[in-house]
Amino acid sequence: MLVIEGLTAGYGGAPVLHGVGLGAAPGKVTCVMGRNGAGKTTLMRAIMGQLRASSGTIHLDGEALHGLPAHEVPRHGVALVPQGRRLFGPLTVAENIEIGLMTRRKGRAVREHVLDLFPRLRERLNQQSRTLSGGEQQMLALARALCLEPKVLLLDEPTEGLQPSMIRLIRDTVLKLKATGVAVVLVEQRVEAVLEVADSVAFMAQGRVTEVLPAHGLTPQSPQFATWVGV
Amino acid sequence: MAAVLALSAVGLSLTFGVMRVVNVAHGEFFMLGAVLAWVVVQAVPSAPLGFVAALILCPLVVGAVAALADTAILKRLNYDPEATIVATIGISYILQQGALSFFGPDARAVEAPFSLRLQFPWFGYSGYKLFVVIAAGLVLLAVWLFMTRSRAGLVMRATQVDRNTARAFGINVDRVYAGTFALGAALAAVAAVLIVPIQQAHYLMGHDPLLLSFIVVIIGGLGSIRGTLIAALLIGLSDGIISMFFTPTLAKIVATLAVALVLVFRPQGLFGARA
Ligand SMILES: Nc1ncnc2c1ncn2[C@@H]1O[C@H](COP(=O)(O)OP(=O)(O)O)[C@@H](O)[C@H]1O
Ligand SMILES: [Mg+2]
Repeated sequence: MLVIEGLTAGYGGAPVLHGVGLGAAPGKVTCVMGRNGAGKTTLMRAIMGQLRASSGTIHLDGEALHGLPAHEVPRHGVALVPQGRRLFGPLTVAENIEIGLMTRRKGRAVREHVLDLFPRLRERLNQQSRTLSGGEQQMLALARALCLEPKVLLLDEPTEGLQPSMIRLIRDTVLKLKATGVAVVLVEQRVEAVLEVADSVAFMAQGRVTEVLPAHGLTPQSPQFATWVGV
Repeated sequence: MAAVLALSAVGLSLTFGVMRVVNVAHGEFFMLGAVLAWVVVQAVPSAPLGFVAALILCPLVVGAVAALADTAILKRLNYDPEATIVATIGISYILQQGALSFFGPDARAVEAPFSLRLQFPWFGYSGYKLFVVIAAGLVLLAVWLFMTRSRAGLVMRATQVDRNTARAFGINVDRVYAGTFALGAALAAVAAVLIVPIQQAHYLMGHDPLLLSFIVVIIGGLGSIRGTLIAALLIGLSDGIISMFFTPTLAKIVATLAVALVLVFRPQGLFGARA
């Protein structure tokens, strides 16, 4: 269980996040929604330890993650699929996967399992990752994160700019991970996509979590979407 | 000499490529390597043995000094590109004045570990120079294999692309930076040890290699190892040939012109990726 309490963090100037609280349970998908600039990406980066939190705590299964150097956080089992994918572009597909495997010292078995999830990557192992199509790049970003066998998977707008078939593949992957007990935190702007997978939805605005609701009470017409996402 | 120039330039290029730090002290790490080579050779009585010891010890010591400078100074500046230029200028003065105090202002010669002249029908060639070319080539090959085949090289390349994402995959960026800075300086030191039997060790000897390395790195493309190697060959050879048939000054003018042309028409270097 990932538990964030009272998290205040920013980029050195004024804080961007103001006392954010959020929980993510194993086998559940927690969606985070909010307008551009609400602080969703900043929250993901703060969880990864890339931003100094001026106050607040982050715990994973009772262990404190706040205050750890950024490279220690993933070793505790938190994996990130960053917004915009952020692959190591000049590196090959195989090398990107290798970096993922090194994070938590996973071996061949994990590599094979991950490549079985995305067979198209297996055909392109020696290709520079920046030459992949957008959809393939997103598969690789997911694969690289899954190489950690994470307890918590943070997905920051993974469907941005992708075709419907790729969006379905990502949805199916998220559901598979949920079934294996991963705690998924999904930042997503599209209401239908959220309602397909979410167990709960957290709405953010101006660096605060304004509302957290169970997904089963929400429909595309729920007023929260209009208020916090503007759709 | 093209081969030695390539070594030193690859060191500079690595530091810039991975860390985005313009290491103005690179020439002084070169100088430190040369001066230490003299010290080591003096301390070890047998000539070939002393030289081998220098070839192993000097890069290690210079690398350690560089790693220390990285952790003590550059890390504190958060690797801010402008601040690190000023800081490495400071480091270069410290190294230069340190060498002056401990080593004195005199140039010191180091004997070549062997003196063998290869006599071809049309020209003679010093066996030592040939050895330098081969040794430098082997070191460059080792660096190449290290960067492309080893896990540490993979980690360095990933850090070069995106240090925040590297952190998200458990890469200790501070350690990578210290190691890269040390490796860059150690390559300058290897180049220096190879060159002292040809050129004497002196506390001001760092300027030329720094300037030439910069020229090579700019022409080859900042951070591109392949470009750096090719540019080193071009500059080293043209420098040698023009100096021999015309004057060294003309050679420098040609090199500077080449830099200007590259900067105007292909600012990313002949082989560099767009930043
Ligand atoms: N690297 C940065 N440095 C300074 N401010 C930033 C940086 N990245 C984002 N911000 C600011 O933080 C706020 C939240 O941005 P972000 O977390 O990217 O929002 P979202 O992901 O919800 O669209 C914005 O006001 C943005 O300008
Ligand atoms: Mg965002």
